[in-house]
Amino acid sequence: MTKIAILGTLTAMGLAAGAASAATLDDVKARGELICGVNPGLTGFAAPDASGNWSGFDISLCRAIAGAVFGDGNKVRFVPTTSETRFTALASGEVDVLVRNSTWTFSRDADLGLDFAGVNYYDGQGFMVHQDLGVTSAKELDGATICIQTGTTTELNLADYFAVNGMSYTPVAVQSNAEGEQQYLAGACDAYTTDASGLAATRAAFATPADHIILPEIISKEPLGPATRQGDSQWNDIVRWTLNALVAAEEYGVTSANIEELSASSQNPEVRRLLGTEGTLGEMLGLDADWAANAISVGGNYGEIFAATIGEQTPIGLARGLNAQWTQGGLLYAPPFR
Amino acid sequence: MADAVEKPKESFRLSMLIYDTRYRSMTIQLVVFALFVAIAAWLVDNTVRNLAALGKDFDFGFLSVRAGYDIAQRLVPYTQDSTHLRALIVGLMNTLLIAVMGCALATVVGIAVGVLRLSSNWLVARLMTVYVEMFRNVPILLWILLFYTVFTEASPAPSVFRGDEGRGLLFGLFAVTNRYTAIPAIGVDNGFGSLDLGLFPVNLSLLAVVVVLAISLFVRSRLNRHAAAIQAETGRRPVTWWKSLLIVVLPLVILLWVMGVHLLVPTISGFNFTGGVNVPNSFMALWLALSLYTGAFIAEIVRAGILAVSRGQSEAAFALGLRPGRTMSLVILPQALRVIIPPLISQFLNLTKNSSLAIAVGYLDLRGTLGGITLNQTGRELECVLLMMLIYLAISLVISAVMNVYNSRVRLKER
Repeated sequence: MTKIAILGTLTAMGLAAGAASAATLDDVKARGELICGVNPGLTGFAAPDASGNWSGFDISLCRAIAGAVFGDGNKVRFVPTTSETRFTALASGEVDVLVRNSTWTFSRDADLGLDFAGVNYYDGQGFMVHQDLGVTSAKELDGATICIQTGTTTELNLADYFAVNGMSYTPVAVQSNAEGEQQYLAGACDAYTTDASGLAATRAAFATPADHIILPEIISKEPLGPATRQGDSQWNDIVRWTLNALVAAEEYGVTSANIEELSASSQNPEVRRLLGTEGTLGEMLGLDADWAANAISVGGNYGEIFAATIGEQTPIGLARGLNAQWTQGGLLYAPPFR
Repeated sequence: MADAVEKPKESFRLSMLIYDTRYRSMTIQLVVFALFVAIAAWLVDNTVRNLAALGKDFDFGFLSVRAGYDIAQRLVPYTQDSTHLRALIVGLMNTLLIAVMGCALATVVGIAVGVLRLSSNWLVARLMTVYVEMFRNVPILLWILLFYTVFTEASPAPSVFRGDEGRGLLFGLFAVTNRYTAIPAIGVDNGFGSLDLGLFPVNLSLLAVVVVLAISLFVRSRLNRHAAAIQAETGRRPVTWWKSLLIVVLPLVILLWVMGVHLLVPTISGFNFTGGVNVPNSFMALWLALSLYTGAFIAEIVRAGILAVSRGQSEAAFALGLRPGRTMSLVILPQALRVIIPPLISQFLNLTKNSSLAIAVGYLDLRGTLGGITLNQTGRELECVLLMMLIYLAISLVISAVMNVYNSRVRLKER
């Protein structure tokens, strides 16, 4: 009898313990820094330099979020995650937000316990081949060996594309972009496939970029965006609206150069609400009134970040394309700040 | 007087559970068991709660969903339209293939090196020592990566074999490239087809060869037994070698001739070799690294086993006029086996478990399919990892059971 009682008590104690908390914003504030899951190395998007300082397009978004939360873009720690470990790292709370060239798909949103917070880069999957292979179209890749990062949507697109076109191929599974790059250069595969932006970034890091061509076919839609844990809509809103603020800032002509002047003197009510001089938008997110102004001052608006990290003036040399403002024929469209 | 014989009646008190040595061990065990159950219950409950908090459930339904990805190496039919369960089976077969081939090669290497390390030839013995110490003291992962890098970096791309001025094949049969080794396949003109068992098709031609070979070997063992009986009776062993050779070879040759067996030489067409079998470098690297690494440990076990056999045994064998080679195979090794087999089981288990390092070179074994791509594409970490642990546990237990049966057969029989 006593034994059963002891056992029962212990079991009940066990049952009472352990339940996950949801308020990421409180955790981040209490910790004093944002933890951002990023690509372990993709030049232009997220890569550490020789002294360990991270820079790139995704890194800038992480810094902007830190700016919105703390008013300081440096209060952020970057955790490199592989394509295999990224979602587990986010779900387990190892990182607060994942900004890692992750494609927004239905099943990831609905089934994986993630919430995507918008799109920071509209991309599509392409192929890169050695120029001396004599291939000019992806349709000529029948029988080829193709390097592919495992655990990615590109892996599934590749299988679909070859099946639909009645072609065969041999996949070579790699874990990271660096490994894919090495295998491709060593000739272990005829073609390397990943998002076109990733290919451009990879090629830019080669010794002789001109020896490699990116085939014209784009075989999928890859909307890349930041993701947060499901069930914390406040935190998801903060990430989502930080991204929107960067996009809106470009649309309204708010730059890192004129932001202080505009905060003081802008007559445009939308800009005033964005920069926190009118209304209570920051309060609604649980942040300071000048949250968006802080986010924008870290690295500039979306256009400035793009130009500085992956734009045509950088070695990556990506055109704005789909990632231009809606007013310029692109897909970037921030909902109204009101 | 009756009182003196009667045992004093002792009533049971609760405190005796702690102070009475007769009950104390029982009490401690019960408490520990209760604690263990409580911790296990807490772990399970915590997991369930946290999964619920993340909006996830615990469901193996994903196994019957279309996988959608391709696997280069497969022993059973698989396409991207197959289910995750079939991808699991493909991975499991790849794991078993590397385990079986690895254990076989490791045993051969281990026994050879173990014996040679005790050789009286100074150079041979030292060379074997160098091998053993090198492989034993460097992590297996580094060996796998080293072999893979050597294969990938030191061999040419398949394209150099293309065209008129292209490089020729090794002996006209093999091509070592930086992706795979193209080896000839065996083709049959009039085979017996294959029988689909649902899970995977059985090649009846191969089955026929196995059956014929098994029958031949059975007949040969009967012949040998007959010869031994004659030897026991008359003291003279009849000459049997040409008979047994005929029994084993002739039916096989006739069968192969009837089936029209021929070699399919790999030829380069398009990007890659076709016609033969392309053994990927990842498999070669993994196989050699696992075999040589485990072989080094097995060599030490074999050496220990040989040293455990009394020196008098070999002296006695020499005194009977047996040459060293026969002394080793007939006298020393059979006795050493008793010492060798139990630790050998552990080495086989290690090799099988280490094969999960295949992920480092992109060989899609169980860890690569179920624990890699399937896990990633479905996001079912807990289910995949639990399933993977169960499968590895099952494989290990089977290896252990089979080896223990063998162990009990070679064990010293005491009568």
